[in-house]
Amino acid sequence: MDLSAINPALLIASLMVAATPILFAAIGELIAEKAGVLNLGVEGMMIIGAVAGFAVAVESGSPLLGFAAAAAAGAAFSMLFVIMTQLALANQVASGLALTLFGLGLSALLGQSYVGIKPPKLDTFDIPILSEIPGIGPALFSHDIVLYFGIALTFVIWSGLKYSRAGLVLRAVGENHDAAHALGYKVMRIRILAILFGGACAGLGGAYISLIRVPQWTQGMTAGIGWIALALVVFSSWKPLRTLLGAYLFGGITVLQLNFQAAGVAIPVEYLAMSPYLITILVLVILSADKSGAPAALGRNFHASR
Amino acid sequence: MIRLEKRSQPSREWSIATPILAVLITIIVGAMLFSAIGKPPFEAIRTIFWDPLFGEFAFYYRPQLLIKAAPLVLIAIGLSLGFRAGVWNIGAEGQYIIGALSGAGVGLAFYPIEGLYILPLMVLAGAFGGWLWAMIPGLLKVKFGTNEILVSLMLVYVAEQLLASMSLGLLKNPEGFGFPGSRNLQQYPSAHNAELIAGTGMHLGVVAALIAVIFAYILLTRHRLGFHIRLAGEAQRAARFAGVEPNRLILFCLGISGALAGLAGLFEVAGPAGQVSIDFNVGYGFTAIIVAFLGRLHPVGILLAGALMALTYIGGDIAQSNLGLPSAAIQVFQGMLLFFLLALDLLTNFRIKFGKSEVA
Repeated sequence: MDLSAINPALLIASLMVAATPILFAAIGELIAEKAGVLNLGVEGMMIIGAVAGFAVAVESGSPLLGFAAAAAAGAAFSMLFVIMTQLALANQVASGLALTLFGLGLSALLGQSYVGIKPPKLDTFDIPILSEIPGIGPALFSHDIVLYFGIALTFVIWSGLKYSRAGLVLRAVGENHDAAHALGYKVMRIRILAILFGGACAGLGGAYISLIRVPQWTQGMTAGIGWIALALVVFSSWKPLRTLLGAYLFGGITVLQLNFQAAGVAIPVEYLAMSPYLITILVLVILSADKSGAPAALGRNFHASR
Repeated sequence: MIRLEKRSQPSREWSIATPILAVLITIIVGAMLFSAIGKPPFEAIRTIFWDPLFGEFAFYYRPQLLIKAAPLVLIAIGLSLGFRAGVWNIGAEGQYIIGALSGAGVGLAFYPIEGLYILPLMVLAGAFGGWLWAMIPGLLKVKFGTNEILVSLMLVYVAEQLLASMSLGLLKNPEGFGFPGSRNLQQYPSAHNAELIAGTGMHLGVVAALIAVIFAYILLTRHRLGFHIRLAGEAQRAARFAGVEPNRLILFCLGISGALAGLAGLFEVAGPAGQVSIDFNVGYGFTAIIVAFLGRLHPVGILLAGALMALTYIGGDIAQSNLGLPSAAIQVFQGMLLFFLLALDLLTNFRIKFGKSEVA
């Protein structure tokens, strides 16, 4: 065992990379849940984004085009959830599960010819001056542009929810859809947009796994990250900045256990590999006492009867 | 304009018709999908749905039908009780693995002693293992209000890692020349869940599945607890007034579904699979969710749905070897079925009215 082989700067850099897919998926789901929609299909939308982003990036040679395609594919796939829950008024839990099961199968089918291919590499974007700080500079400020976009998006959503009128309306729909409807807001339209946004974010997160984090395409490669993102929304009690914190925490755990595996710690590999899931459960237990942040209409379908 | 009007009671006719309609639509869309990936659509559909039952080699596939349907029905029956009560155990895959591990563990501990008591002990251990694994989300939900969906799902990944660890370590066959995987229980008569009638595929798991169907039917239609389960799912407030204790109901639903999933795992590992290995689980725990919904959460419906799903598994295998249909195509097919089913449920709960509506 040689823990000194773990380089802290490298650890932080890989932590940020590991956290980004979770962050994208969680922040998208947060918006959907704020609008009162519980979409358990995050895992499915992520893996559709992963395969679509990978395919487009490989075919076009442009990773950024791949990310754009992944967002579009994630949103398009979440349209299925829209049809199920907003138009056909089906149970949200069951529909979300269906989305995940279907997405895992469909992505495996679509990705068959892409197994074993290397995707084009996305250049790193060195933030001027900051990235030249010795030690932490390259670790913190020398990543790809998509990673920074994720962080920026989190702050935009935080301020949007807190200060803008649109954020207020979104929250109103999630807290009490009948009252929002009575005030003349288009509950269904707002929810559909929130679900599509969630799908696009999940797609981006998925593509980040297949294009940057791994980077290659394998069947079922999201390996529960979509579910961890769902847990993260609860963990952060529906607050965007806490989501960022949580994503980095989970990213840290993932990277740390991988480093332990590489360093040959006396704990068997399988037990290290289950640690992110166990810690997710633990965190859920500790934080689930506080449900004050949960949108009141979460998971309830809206039907304007009169 | 099309307008929806909520029915005061779900339509009985539609609730029976929608699963059939969903299957038909899935077959049509599935055929379109198959032709889109360059496979002959009619031949593919015939291979999946007809050949396993009436084709040239049907004598070989028919027993397989029972072998595949048994775990699906067993797990789905347990899940359906919870789904009815609004308790969402979606980690049956994990409970299935743990049931298999604990059952096989007990059997292997006795090796090479022979005795009639060994298989019954394994069955108990399997059910207990699954029950215990499901009690984790159950107790966490009751004590701390933790979301059972997320916890039960996280435990699937934990169970998968545990399975890998066991088949590489503790339960590894000492005479296996270093290959991963346990001793083959099929070669250990006292622990082997053999076919009751040779060549039919009828093993103890099939019997257990049938008993579970009958048990669930009686529970739901004739027993107070079954009434409470239905009441809690349909009208939570009314359930409280009727004296239903939500916590006990949660523990019961999770416990029974865990125990049944554990049983399914044990019968599989001691019978058709034969050994604990890294790739022992094949997703029955997730497909059982589709089976439960396709069967309308009704025991008899689940029995039929389980048989149909087993058919798509076997037919999918045949289509894979005969037509080169990718295995993922069957997964897509099954996922699509759940979609159409849930969407068509609209017809059960709402009336569709045509004509100008007055308010948006």
